[in-house]
Amino acid sequence: MVATIADTFRRAAQARRTALIPYVTVGFPELNCTPGLIATLAAYGADLIELGVPFSDPTADGPVIQHSGQVALRAGVTLEHCLAAAAASRKLTDVPLVLMGYYNPFLQFGWDRLMSRAAAAGVVGFIVPDLPPEEGVEFSEQAAAKGLDVVFMAAPTSSDQRLNLVGRKSRGFVYCVTVKGVTGQRRELSPELPAFLARVRCFTKLPLAAGFGISSAGHVQEVGRYVDGAVVGSALMAALDGTTGDVTLEVAASFIGELSKGAVRSDPLGAS
Amino acid sequence: MVTEAGTTTERRGYFGAYGGQYASELLIDVLNAIETAFLEACRDPGFQSRLRDLLQHYVGRPTPIYRAGRLSERLGIALYLKREDLAHTGAHKINNALGQVLLAERMGRRRIIAETGAGMHGVATATAAAMLGLECIVYMGSEDIRRQNANVQRMRLLGAEVRAVDTGSKTLKDAINEAMRDWAANVDTTFYVFGTVAGPHPFPLMVREFQSVIGREARLQMLEMAGSLPSHVVACVGGGSNAMGIFVGFLEDASVRLIGVEAGGHGLATGEHAATLVAGTVGVLHGARTYVLQTLDGQIRETHSISAGLDYPGVGPEHSALKDSGRAHYVTVTDQEALEAFQTLARFEGILPALEPSHALAWILREASSLKESCVLMNLSGRGDKDMPTVLRALGME
Repeated sequence: MVATIADTFRRAAQARRTALIPYVTVGFPELNCTPGLIATLAAYGADLIELGVPFSDPTADGPVIQHSGQVALRAGVTLEHCLAAAAASRKLTDVPLVLMGYYNPFLQFGWDRLMSRAAAAGVVGFIVPDLPPEEGVEFSEQAAAKGLDVVFMAAPTSSDQRLNLVGRKSRGFVYCVTVKGVTGQRRELSPELPAFLARVRCFTKLPLAAGFGISSAGHVQEVGRYVDGAVVGSALMAALDGTTGDVTLEVAASFIGELSKGAVRSDPLGAS
Repeated sequence: MVTEAGTTTERRGYFGAYGGQYASELLIDVLNAIETAFLEACRDPGFQSRLRDLLQHYVGRPTPIYRAGRLSERLGIALYLKREDLAHTGAHKINNALGQVLLAERMGRRRIIAETGAGMHGVATATAAAMLGLECIVYMGSEDIRRQNANVQRMRLLGAEVRAVDTGSKTLKDAINEAMRDWAANVDTTFYVFGTVAGPHPFPLMVREFQSVIGREARLQMLEMAGSLPSHVVACVGGGSNAMGIFVGFLEDASVRLIGVEAGGHGLATGEHAATLVAGTVGVLHGARTYVLQTLDGQIRETHSISAGLDYPGVGPEHSALKDSGRAHYVTVTDQEALEAFQTLARFEGILPALEPSHALAWILREASSLKESCVLMNLSGRGDKDMPTVLRALGME
C-alpha cells in the first residue's frame, strides 16, 4: 500500500526529519532509467518523489530542467510513458509519487484515463505549475474522485488573499516557491524566505514544502527550520546529466544521501 | 472609448469557453494588478485623452482607408485597405504597445519587456519605451532575428536590448516562454508588454481594447467613403491582434462577414504551417485555453510560415470563441500565395505590404470570382520593408 502525502509528512515529522522530495524528469538522463532511479532515491532517503512529465514549453523552468525535458522528449517520452514508468517502479519500491507537469498534456490525456492510471501506478497527487486554484476546480475534483491530491503553489508575490485560497484548495501539502523566478540552483536562499513561509503558515494547517533553488544539504537544513519538506530538482538533474546505466544510480544515491544529512532536524520544530 | 471588461464574457477572463489565466502563481497577482490598473485607466478621462492625443499626433491616427482602384477593377470587387502600414513604426502593433507602455508608466514600472516574432511589436514597444524614457528588453527567437534583421537593428537604434532565444523552434513561441521567465524573476519592477490578443487574462481583453481603434475608425470611414458597411472584413491571423482590432468594429453588424486568414505555410497536408484555428485542437498554451497546434500527447508543435508574425502555434482565445460560434470564418493561404499577393499589391497599387497581411490579400485574390460585386475591407496591418530580404530570396531576385 502506497502511503498518502499526509502519512508521508507525518512519518518524517515523527522521525524529526524534513521530508525529502527529489524531482526527476521521466526518461532523463536515459529513456528507461526512471523506475530504477525512483527505487534508488527511495532507498537512500527520498520520502516522496516528484516525477516530472516533460513539456515542450516549460515556462516555469530554468535551463537545467528545460534541458532534461528536451532530452526526454527527443527520446520519445510521453505521459503514457511516464505512467508506465511509475507503474514499473511499483515492483521495486512503494515510495509515493507525485506527477509534476504542465496542464496541457494532462488535459489532452483525458481526466478519467489519467486519474485511474495514475492511482493504479502509485501516484498520490499532482503539481501543475501553470494551474492556479481558480482554473483547477475541475482537475481537482477529478483527482479527488480517485483519491488523489492536487498541490497548489504559494509564491512570495502572492497576496494574503491568494495564500488563503491556495491553502484552502491544496490537498496533501502546499508547495512554497522560494524565489521569484524559475527553477534552478541558487547559491543562497532569499533573506525574505522566513517571512514568506511564516505568512503561508498563517493560512493553512497542511504541511509546507519549499522548492525552487534548493540545491544542497545546507539549503535543506536551512528551509527545514520553517517548512516540513524540501524539493530538490535542478541540482539533481544537473548531477545526473550525461550519466548512463549504473553510474546514474550511483550518482543519485550519493546525491540524495548527502542531502539527507540536511534533513535531520537539529532544532525544535515550530510546527507539527 | 472602452467597453467595460466583463461585458464580453460570462466568466471573468473568458470569451465563451476560451481564455483564462493558466499562469504560474508568481504572476497571478501582477496579472490581477494589471487588470485593475487597466480598468481604472479605461475610466480615467486623463489617461484616455493622453492616449488619444498620442495616437493622433505621435502615431498618426486615424490611419486612412484607401480604395484600391486598379486592383478593384481587375477583381470586379470594391477593395478597401485599412492603412495600418501608415501608422508610426509601420504596423498596427504601436496601438497596443503605446497603450500598455502608458499603463506601465502609470503603474510605476520602469522596466519593460516584450516578445516579438516579426519584430514589429518589438519595434513598437521599443519606440513607446524610448518616448517615455523607460528601459526596454525584447526577446526574439534566433530564427526570427535572422529573417527579420532590419527590425533587430531598428530596436537597437531605439535603445532597446534584443535578447536572442535559442530554445525550441527559436521563434515567437519560444520568445514568449523566455519573456515569461524573465517576468517571473523580475515581477516587482517589470511590465510585460504582450504583443497579441493571446496570453493569460487580462492580455486578450486589454490588447483587444487597444487595437479596437482600428475597427472603430474603419467602420466610420467605410460609411463615409463607401456609403455602406463592407460585405466582408478580411485580416490575417497569427496571434490575432490586427484581426481582432478590426473585427471588433463590425461584430454587431450581422451582415458583415468576418474572415481570418491563417498561414498555410507549405500546405496543410505537409504539416508545415501555422493554421491554428483551421487545423488545431483545443488546449492550453501561454496562459489561455484556446485552439493550439499540438501532438496527441499535448506537446506544442513546431510551426512554419514564411511570415514570422504568423508563425505561432496558438491564437487569441476570442478568435477560438468566434470560430465556434460561427461569427467569424477562418481560412488559410500558402506561403506561395502570400508571396504572389505581395507582388500583386506592389505592382497594382504601389504598396509593399508586410508578408502577414499579404496572406489576407491572397485569400481575396483567390476568392475574387466568388466575391464579385462585394465590398471588401482588408486590414493592411503593416508595411513590407522588413520582409524585403525574405521576399527577394524567395523570388530569386537577390
